[in-house]
Amino acid sequence: MTVGLFVPCYVDQFYPGAAIATYQLLEKLGVKVVYPPKQTCCGQPMANSGFEHLTGGCNELFIKNFAEFDYIVAPSGSCVLHVREHLHDDKNEQVAETTRHKVYELTSFLTDVLKVDSLPAKFPHKVGVHQSCHGQRGLHISSMTELVAPEFSKPGSLLNMVQDIELVHLDRKDECCGFGGTFCVTEEAVSVKMGKDRVADHLKHNAEYITGVDMSCLMHMEGILHRQGSKVKVIHIAEILNAE
Amino acid sequence: MNSRDKIFAAVKASQPATTPLPDMHSFERNAAGSLDKFTTVLKTVGGSVYYVNSYAEVANILHDINGEGKKIISPLTELREFYNEAILNSTHISDLQDIDVFIIKGQFAVAENGAIWVTDKEMHQRVLPFITQHLAIIINAENVVPTMHEAYDQISKTSYGFGTFIAGPSKTADIEQSLVIGAHGPRSMTAFVMNTSL
Amino acid sequence: MMEEQTKDHAELALEFNRDEDRVNWHDETLWFIRQKRDKIAHQIPEWETLREAASQIKNNVLSNLHNYLQQFEANAIANGITVHWAADGAEHNRIVHELINKANVVRMVKSKSMLTEECGLNEYLAEHGIEVIDSDLGERIVQLAGEPPSHIVLPCIHKKKEEIGEIFHQHLGIEAGISDPQFLTETARQHLREVFLTRKVALTGVNFAVAETGEFVVCTNEGNADMGAHLADVHIASMGIEKIIPERKHLGVFLRLLTRSATGQPITTYSSHFKKPREGSEIHIILVDNGRTVQLGRKDFRNSLKCIRCAACMNTCPVYRRSGGHSYHTAVAGPIGSILAPNLDMEKYADLPFASTLCGSCSNVCPVKIDIHQQLYKWRQVLVKNGYAPTAKKAGMQLMTWTLSSPGAYRMAGKAGRWVLKHAPFAVNNSFNPWYKQRDMPNPPAQSFGEWFAKNKAGK
Repeated sequence: MTVGLFVPCYVDQFYPGAAIATYQLLEKLGVKVVYPPKQTCCGQPMANSGFEHLTGGCNELFIKNFAEFDYIVAPSGSCVLHVREHLHDDKNEQVAETTRHKVYELTSFLTDVLKVDSLPAKFPHKVGVHQSCHGQRGLHISSMTELVAPEFSKPGSLLNMVQDIELVHLDRKDECCGFGGTFCVTEEAVSVKMGKDRVADHLKHNAEYITGVDMSCLMHMEGILHRQGSKVKVIHIAEILNAE
Repeated sequence: MNSRDKIFAAVKASQPATTPLPDMHSFERNAAGSLDKFTTVLKTVGGSVYYVNSYAEVANILHDINGEGKKIISPLTELREFYNEAILNSTHISDLQDIDVFIIKGQFAVAENGAIWVTDKEMHQRVLPFITQHLAIIINAENVVPTMHEAYDQISKTSYGFGTFIAGPSKTADIEQSLVIGAHGPRSMTAFVMNTSL
Repeated sequence: MMEEQTKDHAELALEFNRDEDRVNWHDETLWFIRQKRDKIAHQIPEWETLREAASQIKNNVLSNLHNYLQQFEANAIANGITVHWAADGAEHNRIVHELINKANVVRMVKSKSMLTEECGLNEYLAEHGIEVIDSDLGERIVQLAGEPPSHIVLPCIHKKKEEIGEIFHQHLGIEAGISDPQFLTETARQHLREVFLTRKVALTGVNFAVAETGEFVVCTNEGNADMGAHLADVHIASMGIEKIIPERKHLGVFLRLLTRSATGQPITTYSSHFKKPREGSEIHIILVDNGRTVQLGRKDFRNSLKCIRCAACMNTCPVYRRSGGHSYHTAVAGPIGSILAPNLDMEKYADLPFASTLCGSCSNVCPVKIDIHQQLYKWRQVLVKNGYAPTAKKAGMQLMTWTLSSPGAYRMAGKAGRWVLKHAPFAVNNSFNPWYKQRDMPNPPAQSFGEWFAKNKAGK
């Protein structure tokens, strides 16, 4: 099986560590990983702003870069959700359809396809898990507090395989951080207030690190943490699962 | 074209293709409702519950709770001492507005939410269960259904011009989510569960 | 009806956020209600099955609305109820006015009806010399304060008890400085009791209207709808045409879901079924369209008409909790309001579908499974296509599209961005950059993943 590594644009440019960790982790688990160097962006920022009709170029590029692989894996819930729901190609809808179904967020890929049940990872720290909305409610990578249904968490199960990690309890387990794409600047006041409240929850419970499957949420919370002069760091889950 | 016709035409033109109604059978529970559950829930929502064996007992309790000089009214022949034809049949608001306690029968209770179904037949006049300061409803211990599904099954066997589910005293939490019992309707609601097995 | 306003959600939310303590108070109060809803929902093992049933019943209603409306009308008339039809809010208001005139009175008592808010009934009647008193405690408070309700179930959730005490001091003559909810409620009870006892015309909303039997249901905790209706000679009931349900037994599903979703209670204190007018009195029901048939014709948005007005979506919405109902400048606010309002006026409400992070929590708590967050996304596409995106945003999007559809341009832009952050941060870290107002920018890494890979892995 060959996996195409899909690196979200802002991870590529600002948080390469998350992508490096994803790449190394997959290789460690025996997966053949290929990184198509000409990839750009999935088109979500435009689509969520009402400009889905402008994403044809991004869609074409995505299909061109990734259609050939058995699986496409990304360290992101929101980008994967966007591709799964909105990847289309008027000229080649068949290929678009097949491609859409091959895209996996990292923790889902590890749990559902590789069926990982142990990891040689060690991370002796107190960690708060932020449930990024698109991964959770969109891709169902974990249960949701609104629903009357059994509890489960793919990221949570994987983190529990990491030696010496301590996952902290949170008051609000799955409230949105407020990033929301262009929302973070168009509704700056509410966006920041939501981020501050999320951060405060983690700080209250003495987290040293805040982790999650989406670097966009973490980037937003990190911006707030830095502004507050906090020593708490954000870290993508791939980097914890890859930590030794 | 009048508005009625305009609306009907617009609805017909806009509505989507028919989708079926769901099967409701999975909600049916072929068992009686739990009296314990009804009691617990009604108390949680601010009601009081007494288990009684006779109407005499009901009358005694009402006297005890309410003390002297209260206007206690009931259309029930079993509670003759509270029967007041003039008030019960009066259409003058001045006669009705200072009723302290009003006692009626309820048709059945719903365990899941502490509610009792009452219709205009039991109320005598529709406003009486609302305008009274305190309300009491008598139900038979065996007339408890588990959920609203069975409740509507029961209701389908009856007829009414007006009916209501009453689940406790009137209340509001509109002021900073502070629960206050006694808004515009009765300040208290008491259920008398009559043991009919004697 | 909202007054003429030019501020959009973002601006109003900014104002709301100036008082952080107050935002925390508003947010925590509504979150507490969301938790009460969770607690009681988890006591019903078949909760999700109930939601699915409610959703399917409402889907069926929308697909068969024509027949159900006919059936309801025929049965209601047979019960002795007079049925009126109003194409829009203005017509609704005129019908109410005519009924009041016919009764030879100039005053009316009203229980909660968001539809009448939508139609601007109170303002219309005031202009025509008719006094309307709102009898729901929360509505009476905002009425005295001269404000619209901010929440469809908890109208004055945005008001603190001290403020309410001050309002009652100004308008109901109590002493200044009282804030005890018990005392304030008792004050309202006495004041409104006098209103109930003297008004000959009462207006209520309608929670559900049953096609099969021609009856309608009104749910309250306070008993105010009943106090008004049973003491009046004329009971007017206002309802949106989408409030129909097919059979009375379906009330079992809806009454199990409604109050649990709304406030975490098992049921409202009163769930009153009005079938026939009491002897010597009249019941008039006004069925209102006001844009609903247009929404019904919108394939992507018609499901918003399934709404039973429980406000669970508002209580769970992290944006609503931190911006308040008034920031939405429309009668029904929050997530559901944001997919209903653009149908009425795309220009006026173009901001609302963007007042969201699309987190999806609303869709999960909706008792009738409206795909609210999907509709928010779709409204964004419609609004942009119809030209309601600000010009600056359009230009920015075009630039983004060009950059992101070309691998070369993308890499160049990324490298340039990182260079600026590293060597000329002041170009970005300033008051022109909304991100920077309360957040630091990310630290620029030495190389992108693409560059790292090319250096370390490519060709190996």
